[in-house]
Amino acid sequence: MNFIAALLEQPFLQQALLVGLLAGMASGLIGPYVVVKRIGYMAGGIAHTVLAGMGVAFFLGSSPMVGAFICAIIAALLIGCISLSGIDQEDTLISAFWAVGMAVGLLFISQTPGYRTDLMSLLFGNLMLSTRTMVFGLGGIVAALAIILGLIHRPLVAVIFDEEFTRLRGVPTRALYLLLLCLVAVTIVVLLQAVGLIMVIALLTLPAALAGHHVRSLVGMMVMASLMSMLFIGAGLGVAWQADLPAGATIVLLTGIGYIISLTGHRLNRLFRRRQAASGTERSHS
Amino acid sequence: MEPAIDLEHVGLTLEGQSILEDVSLRVPHQQFLGLIGPNGGGKSTLLRMMLGLMRPDSGRIRMLGRSPRHAARSIGYVPQFTRFTRSFPISVEDVVLMGRLGSGRWWGPWRRQDRRAIDGVFETLAIEALRHRRIEGLSGGQMQRVLIARALACQPSILLLDEPTASVDTDGERALFDLFAHLRCDTTIVLISHDLGFISDHVDRVVCLNRTLIDHAAEPVTADTIAQLYGQQVRMVHHHH
Repeated sequence: MNFIAALLEQPFLQQALLVGLLAGMASGLIGPYVVVKRIGYMAGGIAHTVLAGMGVAFFLGSSPMVGAFICAIIAALLIGCISLSGIDQEDTLISAFWAVGMAVGLLFISQTPGYRTDLMSLLFGNLMLSTRTMVFGLGGIVAALAIILGLIHRPLVAVIFDEEFTRLRGVPTRALYLLLLCLVAVTIVVLLQAVGLIMVIALLTLPAALAGHHVRSLVGMMVMASLMSMLFIGAGLGVAWQADLPAGATIVLLTGIGYIISLTGHRLNRLFRRRQAASGTERSHS
Repeated sequence: MEPAIDLEHVGLTLEGQSILEDVSLRVPHQQFLGLIGPNGGGKSTLLRMMLGLMRPDSGRIRMLGRSPRHAARSIGYVPQFTRFTRSFPISVEDVVLMGRLGSGRWWGPWRRQDRRAIDGVFETLAIEALRHRRIEGLSGGQMQRVLIARALACQPSILLLDEPTASVDTDGERALFDLFAHLRCDTTIVLISHDLGFISDHVDRVVCLNRTLIDHAAEPVTADTIAQLYGQQVRMVHHHH
């Protein structure tokens, strides 16, 4: 059965697509901040630390999504606070959280008896397991993200652009930075459903970086990154369904290909323009 | 009347090295002060202390009668080095608007009245044509003007400028100094420079900082004092190299 026909008939596939599109919107909203602030590595660290929360939740028999949520926020605040305090280099700190978080998660999972399909879907994502509750839950989260960003976008951009100057203007820059990290953490949990924690970083950075090749404002980047992200997730889901492939991996691969094509096109376009400008000046000289 | 800037016996030691020693300076309102001195003499450090970005080990700093941190919103600052990346996707207008942060409501997008409030600043610095450009393509001199515009958008009582003419050509430099002299009517200005030639034409007073402060002239600069200053400055450079 082809994807479109199946989509019209199967409610679980509709839910999968809706969750995917909501994840795409979330990645488009937060991704541009991650890219311009250059905290991709930190986002990766938070994503992997989340396994600790999921492991503990499994062990205690509660929902791994709730565990992931709590753990992501704690990891974001801890990494943020310790790095602001300047106790150690930021990248060392992130590496520690990254690896220790995974180790804690694996230990708790190893001590949990029973079946582990749910866990695999959180590591690598499985949109096919999306439920109606998830659609409404993620819908609410994405709406909240959009409202919060609408309120704080202006001071947040100032903090990212020039923290020192913004602090001198009396803006609480540290609180805003920590808030940004929390929003990143929430987005990571939203994206887990689509591509799993191991590949989350692809959706958080690549669509935004791709948008950055073509538009020159943050808001423009958000719009384009959202659209591209939704396109990659929708197409990835379709291809995965048609060819019976894992959806998470297919989505990430499509996103990666899209990014590389965009980067190549952007570079070639620049080179071409420079050449044209150079030959233009030559002609005017001769 | 309380001076705009009041430093009393300010000292700072970093990692066992004395950076500033017993620096006392009073700058009355609306004075245009030139702060000169060799590299590593502590000029930028002193400016950062006036902003509350660094704290002295000893002594006291009062800006507009308040602590530097409390006065920071009344101070416009043009740093010597910018910390942001030039590829940041932002327009000149949005950079200048950042000078208005901290006044008005903190949330939501900029309002029309905020955008209108910076019209004058664009005119003063003659950068209206750049208003909607991205900062990526600006020349060094254009960027400098944008940063000065951002500082003026704060509507500051005190303006602190750290080498504001470093990346500007000679004509641009003269134009900027004319501008600063014009601004002096309602602003106290401290300008760091190592170009004594330009500075002495425009400023009311020159002080030289090389760990300690040497007040060259408390009275307005005249041709005599310039000559005197040059002599002393040259000798000072010899002392330390």
